[in-house]
Amino acid sequence: MEVALDWYLALSAVMFTIGVFGVLLKRNAIVILMCVELMLNSANVALVGFSQSLADPTGQILVFFSIAVAAAEAAIGLAIVIAIFRKKRTVNINDIHLFKH
Amino acid sequence: MDLSGAFTAMWADLPAIFSMLIVGAAGLVVILMEAFQNRDPRIPWLTAGAFGLAMGWEAFQLGTAPDTAFFEQLRTGGYAAYINLLILGAGLFTTLVSPPYLRRLNRNFGEVYALLLFATVGMIMLGTSNTLISVFVGLETMSVCLYIMAGLLREDEGGIESGFKYFVLGAFSTGFLLYGIALMYGTTGTMHLPEMAGAFPDGVPLLFWAGVGLVIVGFGFKVSAAPFHMWTPDVYQGAPTTLTGYMSTASKASAFAALILILFFALPSAQASLVLAVLALITMAVGNVMALRQANVKRMLAYSSIAHAGYMFVALASGTTAGYSGALFYLLVYTVMNLGAFGVLALLEWDGMAGRKQTLSSLAGMGLERPVLGASMAVFMFSLIGFPPFGGFIGKYYIFAPAVSAGLTWLVIIGLLFSAMSGYYYLRVIYVLYMQTAADVAEADRAPEGGFAQPAWLSTAAVALCAVLLLVLGVAFSGVVDVTEMLFIQADAMAQTP
Amino acid sequence: MFADFIPLFVIIAIALGLALTLLAAASWIGPKRPNKIKRTPYESGMDPIGSARERYSVKFYLVAMIFIVFDVEVVFMYPWAVSFHDFIDAGLVATVGVMTVVGLFVGILTLGLVYDIKKGGLEFD
Repeated sequence: MEVALDWYLALSAVMFTIGVFGVLLKRNAIVILMCVELMLNSANVALVGFSQSLADPTGQILVFFSIAVAAAEAAIGLAIVIAIFRKKRTVNINDIHLFKH
Repeated sequence: MDLSGAFTAMWADLPAIFSMLIVGAAGLVVILMEAFQNRDPRIPWLTAGAFGLAMGWEAFQLGTAPDTAFFEQLRTGGYAAYINLLILGAGLFTTLVSPPYLRRLNRNFGEVYALLLFATVGMIMLGTSNTLISVFVGLETMSVCLYIMAGLLREDEGGIESGFKYFVLGAFSTGFLLYGIALMYGTTGTMHLPEMAGAFPDGVPLLFWAGVGLVIVGFGFKVSAAPFHMWTPDVYQGAPTTLTGYMSTASKASAFAALILILFFALPSAQASLVLAVLALITMAVGNVMALRQANVKRMLAYSSIAHAGYMFVALASGTTAGYSGALFYLLVYTVMNLGAFGVLALLEWDGMAGRKQTLSSLAGMGLERPVLGASMAVFMFSLIGFPPFGGFIGKYYIFAPAVSAGLTWLVIIGLLFSAMSGYYYLRVIYVLYMQTAADVAEADRAPEGGFAQPAWLSTAAVALCAVLLLVLGVAFSGVVDVTEMLFIQADAMAQTP
Repeated sequence: MFADFIPLFVIIAIALGLALTLLAAASWIGPKRPNKIKRTPYESGMDPIGSARERYSVKFYLVAMIFIVFDVEVVFMYPWAVSFHDFIDAGLVATVGVMTVVGLFVGILTLGLVYDIKKGGLEFD
């Protein structure tokens, strides 16, 4: 039962779009963090799909790295959000803006 | 694949990444030292030693022929050595300037130096990458360390906000970059940059250009090109000043180096030229116009660094070997003058608040009170404008001349107009430094008596060295330019022989 | 390919069915004599005070962050474990080589753990 490449790409495009709009529209820092992860994972889906259709493992190797990187980024993102919460008692990014543009 | 042979080849490649190994190992040692003794005073010295050792090694690699290492993952030879020298030099300078500044903020953690070392490893990998995998891994190693460094002053509202903004927008751009990499890989079937250009004998598919576009967007965020620059002023202002200097120079240098490698090797032809030209135009406009109305010196320098990213894109848009080598030379000049400017700022900062009140008027009269720092700052400002006896002038020449020969005269004229405009905000700094005294400015902006740091001779010497280096680059530039041009001639020859 | 998984689906169906049947049987057969005491959260303990939806201590997040990192780094051991036999077959150089590489990787991770313990990242109070 072979799934065509188009389906992987369609899924990853949908995930990527959801992620981008989530980052742009959501106001909760934790939700933004999740949307960023969604963007990275959509790229992972595309990479694995390409890798399978090309019968070339390189794409999957990059997925390993991107999973590890995503974990490191999630840890640091959580740490920064906690630091903000301790300081401001909120994780709503509308309340965070401090500098004037 | 012959597995035993693969390992033998791998051990044989170890000298090719000597500086990465040294710097990375030093980072691990620093982490352990910090774990067993908080703020061990030997840490900055060890860090500086690692950077110095790696620089010495790279200096001997400058003349070597280009090659690849680790199954064509990384590039070695002259180009790599040039970029590595630049990055390591920025790291060394930051290590020398940081201790007095961070001690004053009570933030002289050993972790800062470990992060500096780890970020440098990532930058070296990024700047010498030959595949999209090492581009991604290098970029992320660098960025993850920089996120923490930007948010170092976490008790300060501006500091933590700086870290948060940098993190969110950085991670956002990583998503674009990774998706672009996926598309480029999917359409060409390879991660190796030199193989990509030859992947389409008949017509380049649209999906490939979509991938290239996403990768350029990702890099645009990292080098703060407009319209992806929104984070830059806030992050630069909130981060500790010496680390801001490092972020604005070394990370941009390695990102531009990788972008040049991608444009030079992976793209079938210079078809991205128009996109890059538009990017250059917007970036120069935003950087220079916004810098005009900044009263905070650090924010002004942030917008100025956006403007300089725009000049760099002018060189990339020309799409010729001369343009790329001009960009390499400009990276060197830009790194020296920007590091120096942020270094002076760090040493003159008086309120201990991470530069949140770093107003222009607080510098009033400093030129005469701290003669070495004042004179150095004047040199940096003149060089940033592009005034003749300094490196900035030569750098701008080598950026704009190839663009003219590539038929982008309109862009060069606009660029020259903008750099004339930039004279206003750079010269204002010199005016305040020398022509005003503390009595001329509002009470709130005045630097308090005795509020300055102890004279830090090593940091001051490092800043002065930058100023001298700019003078040298402005006069005896031909040697360096020869090197950067030769790097591309060699690379060209290598690209031709498969 | 789908046919290979039929036993798996059968096991899942049996497990689900058994669990649901037992639950239904317990509530149907079992005696129900509720009174006020029995309906309290802790029948023989003290009455709960305040809301059950308390905020978790930030300490939990700290442990969670450390867990994420160490947990995901293990992903790099899968390719090593899967292909280990190929390395043994390829001879001594390959075996020693791959063990060195994995040893370095684990060693660096351990340094991170040492740092974490020394800095008190795992102390829970």
